[in-house]
Amino acid sequence: MSNTAPEASAPVALDHEAPSFYVLDDHEHHHEPGSSTMLGFWIYLMSDALIFASLFATYGVLSTAYAGGPTPREIFELPLVAVNTAILLISSITYGFAMIAMQEGKLGGTRAWLALTGLLGIAFVGVELYEFSNLIAEGATPQRSAFLSAFFTLVATHGLHVTFGIIWLVVMLVQLGQRGLHPENQRRLMCLSMFWHFLDVIWIGVFTFVYLLGMLR
Amino acid sequence: MNEATHNHGHHGDAHAPGEMEGHGSRKGYLIGFLLSVVLTAIPFWLVMTGTLSTQVTAIAIIALAVVQILVHTVCFLHVNTRSEGGWTLLAYAFAAVIVLIVISGSLWIMYHLNTNMMPVVQTGMGS
Repeated sequence: MSNTAPEASAPVALDHEAPSFYVLDDHEHHHEPGSSTMLGFWIYLMSDALIFASLFATYGVLSTAYAGGPTPREIFELPLVAVNTAILLISSITYGFAMIAMQEGKLGGTRAWLALTGLLGIAFVGVELYEFSNLIAEGATPQRSAFLSAFFTLVATHGLHVTFGIIWLVVMLVQLGQRGLHPENQRRLMCLSMFWHFLDVIWIGVFTFVYLLGMLR
Repeated sequence: MNEATHNHGHHGDAHAPGEMEGHGSRKGYLIGFLLSVVLTAIPFWLVMTGTLSTQVTAIAIIALAVVQILVHTVCFLHVNTRSEGGWTLLAYAFAAVIVLIVISGSLWIMYHLNTNMMPVVQTGMGS
């Protein structure tokens, strides 16, 4: 036993040299809790993008299956869509300002920008529900044609994501009020930032491929 | 701001663990916002006024949407070659490839299925 001790210590010494292949991480050899959250959340968003891809593909395939019902040109109101697009775009920049206030350590500024973002999100969902109720009142219900089924599925899935983003945002406002800008809350706000901006990217696809191309049809 | 958050070699408590490389400056967000306002306004204007022919308009608004998605990705989502050691960009590129395959593949197959099996073919864009 006594003569194996020097041999056992040799691999340990080697282990300290080994991790040098990780060039970017050379200043931290341990993983802090939550260090992989951002990448994990990003991969969730990419899988969410695949859900939307399948819904976009479904809509693309069914977009001319009117079944004798209304066509996009007859039911879409572009001014309303333009207003909604503007609301979501402005909410992106207000969230950006919340992140900047967070980086500067300003709790009040962060909460104020977040609250404004949440109000814009509520306005977006409100306008969308108004549009849906108008369509349904006109008889353009999801049951009317495959085109309308695909339309409601795609747009409402996006709207549902925005709704959950608003709920998350309200939770963050409460947490910020109780505990302030500690690292965990900062991490959560960065995840929500990715989520919110990701939904804006999806909306670019919606207003281009559903509404604008629909009006050209 | 970008540089300040990047060079944190001191394990400072001000930074969240696992922070992505910088979360943009005020300038970056404003540039992204102004670009996306322009890139949103042009397609809406093209469709609402009908300045160009239908086909040119369709191509133009799709191209503008692609550019705007890239602007949002860079300016708002901060995807670049450095964030998370490049894994963010890799996942993004992989997702983009899958999205393109799913959408274009579905449209391609179903269009030909319609052409070959339906008695009446209604073409969307050309008419």
